[in-house]
Formats: sequence, structure tokens, C-alpha cells
Amino acid sequence: MNKHTLAVTVENRPGVLTRVTTLIRRRGYNIESLTVGTTEDLGISRMTIVVEGDDTVIEQVSKQLYKLVDVIKVVDITHEGLVDRELVLIKVKADNNVRADIVQLVDIFRARIVDIGRTSLIVEATGDRRKIDALEDSFRPFGIIELVRTGKVAMVRGTSEDMKRK
Amino acid sequence: MKLKGADILLHCLQQEGVEVVFGYPGGTVLPIYDALYDSPIRHILVRHEQGAAHAADGYARATGKVGVCLATSGPGATNLVTGIATANMDSVPLVCLTGQVASALIGKDAFQEADITGITLPITKHSYQVQRTEDVERVIKEAFYIARTNRPGPVVVDLPKDIMAREIDFEPDPSEVKLRSYRVMKGVNSGQIVAAADAINKAQRPVIYAGGGVIASDASEELKEMAEKCRIPVTTTLMGMGAFPGTSYLALGMLGMHGTRYANYAIGECDVLIAVGVRFDDRVTGKLETFAPNARVIHIDIDAAEIGKNTAVHIPIVAEAKEALQALLPRLQPVEEMTEWHNIISKWKDEFPLRYGKPSEGRIMPQHIVEKIYDLTRGDAIIATEVGQHQMWTAQYYLFKEPRTFVSSGGLGTMGFGFPAAIGAKVGRPDKHVFDIAGDGSIQMNIQELGTAVQYRIPVIICILNNQYLGMVRQWQELFHEGRYSYTDMSHQPDFVKLAEAYGAVGMRVNRTEDVEGVLLEAMKVTDRPVIIDFQVEREAGVYPMVPPGESLLNMLGGDLDE
Repeated sequence: MNKHTLAVTVENRPGVLTRVTTLIRRRGYNIESLTVGTTEDLGISRMTIVVEGDDTVIEQVSKQLYKLVDVIKVVDITHEGLVDRELVLIKVKADNNVRADIVQLVDIFRARIVDIGRTSLIVEATGDRRKIDALEDSFRPFGIIELVRTGKVAMVRGTSEDMKRK
Repeated sequence: MKLKGADILLHCLQQEGVEVVFGYPGGTVLPIYDALYDSPIRHILVRHEQGAAHAADGYARATGKVGVCLATSGPGATNLVTGIATANMDSVPLVCLTGQVASALIGKDAFQEADITGITLPITKHSYQVQRTEDVERVIKEAFYIARTNRPGPVVVDLPKDIMAREIDFEPDPSEVKLRSYRVMKGVNSGQIVAAADAINKAQRPVIYAGGGVIASDASEELKEMAEKCRIPVTTTLMGMGAFPGTSYLALGMLGMHGTRYANYAIGECDVLIAVGVRFDDRVTGKLETFAPNARVIHIDIDAAEIGKNTAVHIPIVAEAKEALQALLPRLQPVEEMTEWHNIISKWKDEFPLRYGKPSEGRIMPQHIVEKIYDLTRGDAIIATEVGQHQMWTAQYYLFKEPRTFVSSGGLGTMGFGFPAAIGAKVGRPDKHVFDIAGDGSIQMNIQELGTAVQYRIPVIICILNNQYLGMVRQWQELFHEGRYSYTDMSHQPDFVKLAEAYGAVGMRVNRTEDVEGVLLEAMKVTDRPVIIDFQVEREAGVYPMVPPGESLLNMLGGDLDE
């Protein structure tokens, strides 16, 4: 099954997230991640939805989403040149014996230490999915106490005229 | 001008051309009812809010206008839910107004509070909860606009009590609705029209498969013109009944699970299938892999999400059916003579007509009653139905001539729909005879609306095809569960004649074939109250032909000569 990234532009109104998630649940689509936030226009929010399925499924998801009255635009940006980023926070076990190793890893991944506890550290990193996966794997041997990922946000390179309206 | 929210609401309803509201009062809608007291808008007081939703739905289907229902918060609103889901599945334009507790109480589990916009989210085209009295006008305009344009559907507008009671300075805003996230579909892709015309012109064995979208977009005339110009046989879905005259030599009747043998055979053999305003529902297609297996499929629909949803199509056209057919017509070459294809279909029609057996003593064949209603009304009546065997017999044996004369819950299959919908249809079309062809099970689901029909002197004729069974389920139990009639025997039932009389309606009972006509004629003379006719029908009559669920359309049970 292929993963597709949908950029969904919606009216910034109460209930719009519920409309989108209700539709996804009802039609039985398989969502890997969904992020939502405001855009340069305060009246408009942008969702990045990563959804699994073959081309027919993705086409259906896109069309059904576009039918929602509050949805302005749906674009499948999977095959566009795009920048995608995810943010992760990892609380990792860090006693004095391993702190140096962790700091080294943090440097390699261009991550940051944002909190220092007596026996743990919180590491923050951004990157594309593969980088975040690799980071997670690298920290696992030290003992991950807690981990949270935001899910992907994405943007197509170049100007918006390149984006085809679905 | 100083106006309360409720006054603005009613002003807006009038602006939208609303003549009638089907509703039921309650605590949170008191301000609205207070405004209604002086309004020229007619209000029909139903006996249960489900009846209000179905009546508004029947009104909309029979007239083509937006139906409006009104209910109070909490239980009033939740009682609308089945009606909203029914309208949503069949793409019927409704505006459903619900009361809501005062803004300050929302989310506090207040008395009679229900999250109706949340509850109805998956079964509405759109919904609103009005936050400010200043927004009432915009929201009502948008609600009607969204309900009736593109693929129509129900819109819920939730109205908190304080918003309705509050007074503001109000100046009507004459501007038209503009929504950046919702555009009304206009125009047709000419390349696709050329491709479709080319396919139709080259076709040897074309079939038109027409559905509710033809009626919704008022495209029956264009459809008829196309069919006649190119002599293309037409089969209609349940929702498409009346989109094409059932009396035409090109009519194949209904297709699908209880379609005619010749319609289903034609689908199996056709080389070009012209699907207009349909959604390839499972009750229509049977096993998808064997549906029109040899055909190039042209699919015209206003809803892009319907294209390719259930099956791949060769030539998709996303447009209003009317616009698409108008664009198509001049490109089609007329067919002047009957072809081999027409001969094949004639042979099927001769060999496999719809047919039924003889009744036992003291019983009537249900199909015969439908045929009689057709004969006596010359196909001019509006026929509502409930859901079940009687609904299928109606679709099979009543030859609908024009659109908006068949009012039936197709997608959701809502028992209890027909009677309140018939009331709504009669309110919208008082010039027409309106029947509700019902089963003894279905009619008991909204029988309380007899009170409404009697109060407002609405002469709807309810024909109960009474077999003392939940007949369709019984038929499935007979065929697929070794005749184990688990809880489908409903012979414990009220005396429908006395029940009618208790409400102030007319009640009649018939159990002999020769009396059917006389009783129907008598019922059609009643002009000031509803009539219930209790027809004692053959108890185990079945609906045939029948395609077992999930099987190929060619795999039909019954309806052939060896039966």
C-alpha cells in the first residue's frame, strides 16, 4: 500500500476538524497522521493528512473531502517536489555514563537538548520522516521514557500555481 | 428596524419562498413559535418529529422545492435523525431547523440538550449552529443555497434560544450567497461530451440507466428526447421512477435486485451503458464484476465522488444531468429504424413479462391492487410507499409517467417514511391524488400522523397491502433461512378500520379481488380526510424476479415461465 500526502485547505471554523475526521472514520480510510494549523490567512487552516491506500482509494478520499462544504482545496502532493517536516520530542534515560554519547548523537542529528533532568534528557528534533525514524532508532538503546511525534507537515516547493487543484 | 432573531428567521424563510413548515413545538423553540403565530407561513403540526422530517421530505420530492421542518432541542431534534438520514441518502433538499438550549447552557448537559449538529454530522450535507443573532440571515441563506444546489441534501440549522429571542437592529442584506469553499457546478467538459456521443453513435446495443439525478436536475425531457432520437432502451432505478415514462416502448422498467428480467438481461448484453444520475448502488448492480460486463460505460453525475466510487467507468462526465444531456443531444445521430437489439429486447419482454399467480380464498394478489391503482389514476397520481415488498410491487406494476410522482425511501430504506411523506406531498401538490402504498408493518411505524392528516383535512389514501407479515424479511427467511420465520409474523395487529375511525379518518377493508376497484373509487371521492384501506392480501406472495444479494443480475429467481 502506498502512502499519500494530502494538503487540505479548510475554512478556519469550529467543527471543521470533526467534519474531516468523521468523514475519514465513516468511509473507513486508513490515516497515518493528520496535522492541522493556521496559515498566513487567519480565516484558513491547513491540514496535512498522510493516508494509506491505492490510487482509487486516494482519489475517493480526495473527492469526499472536497465535497465537505468547509473544504476549500484538496491536493495530493505525494508526487510533487515537497519539503516535509516532523517534530519529535524524546525523553531518554541519561545517567552520567551515557550523557556524552547522547550529546554526540544529538550533534550528529542536528537535534537539540531542551530539558535536563537528573536521570533523563529531553531531545527535540525536526526533519523528514526518515530522519526522525533514524533518530528514534538511535536513541532506543539508551532507553526511551517518552516519545511524541507531531506527524508530518508538508509544503510544495516553488509557487502555488504549480499545484493542481483536485 | 428592531427585530428578534426569530422574526429574522421567519423573514428569511419567506425570502426563500417557504410556504409551509412541518414542525412540533417545545421549550427552546418558543421564540420561533411565537413569531410563527403572526407569520403567513403555514405550519403543519405533526404528531412526532420524525413525521415532520419525512413530510418535509415528501413535500420536497413532490414539488422540487426545499422542504422545511422544525423541532425543539434534545429529543425533538434527535427524533428528526432518521428523516435527515433518509433525505441524505436520497439527495433530497431539506432545511431542518432545530431549537437549542441557550448559548450559556450549551455543553452543560442542560435540560433537553443534545449535540444535534454533532449527531447529524455524517448524515447531512452541511450544518450550522448559529452563534450570533447577526448571523441568522447569512446562515439561512447559505443553508437553502447549499441544500438545493449541486447534489441536493439536508442542512441542519441549530438555533440557540437566546439567539432567537435577542433583538437587534436588522436591515435585510440583498446580496447573494458567496462561498469560497462551495461552488455551484456549471458547464460540461466538451471533450468528454464528444467522446460520449461518439460511443453512443457507434453503439449496437446501447442502454440508458437513469436514476434520481435525472429528476433532481429536471432532465426528464432531455432524457426522453435522447432515448427517442436514438431509440435507446431505458431502465430506471427505484429513485429514477418517473424520470422516463414507463409506458414508452423503450421503457425496460426497473433494473437490479427486483428489476425486470428484460432490464437485467439488457444490462448484461449492452455494449454501451449510459448511466445518468445514478450511483451504482449494490441493490442495482448485484455482483459488480458481472454488471454490464461488455459495455463501455458513460457516467454522468453532478457529484465527482460518485465517479468510480463503486466501479470503474470509461467516460466520466461531471455535470448537471440536464446540462450534459443538452450538450450531448445535438451530437447524436438519430436512429430511424428498429434494430436487431430492439428485436432481442422484444423477445425478452414477451418471454419474461412481470407476472403473478392467483390468490387463495378470501385474499387478493397484492400486485393486482397496484395495477388497479394505476388503472384508476391513469398513472397520474403521486404514489408514496413505505419500505418492503409493497414498495417493490409498486415500482414493478405502477407505470410512472412523470417525474416527482414516486415518493419512496430508496437509499436508507426507511419503514414509516411513506405516510408522512404522502402528507407532505399532498400539501405541496393538492391537485394530485396522493396514495401511500404501505405494508402492515411499515404503516404502524408512523401511524400517529393520522392525527395530522385528519386535523388538516389532508385526503391521503393509505392502501395497506396487509399480509400480516414483515413480508420482505419473511421472503428472505423463506429463501435463505430455510423458511424459519423468526419474528416476522405480525398477525397480532390492530383493526385498521376501527383505528382509522378512532382518528376521524375513513376505514375500509377488502378481501375479494372483485371489490378492489369499487373501494378504490370510493376512497378517491373522499376529499376532506385520509382513508385507510386494509387489503387482505395473499400472505406469502413474493417479489419476483429476485437477484440474490451479491449475485450476478443474470442470476434471477422467479419470473420465468417454468416457475
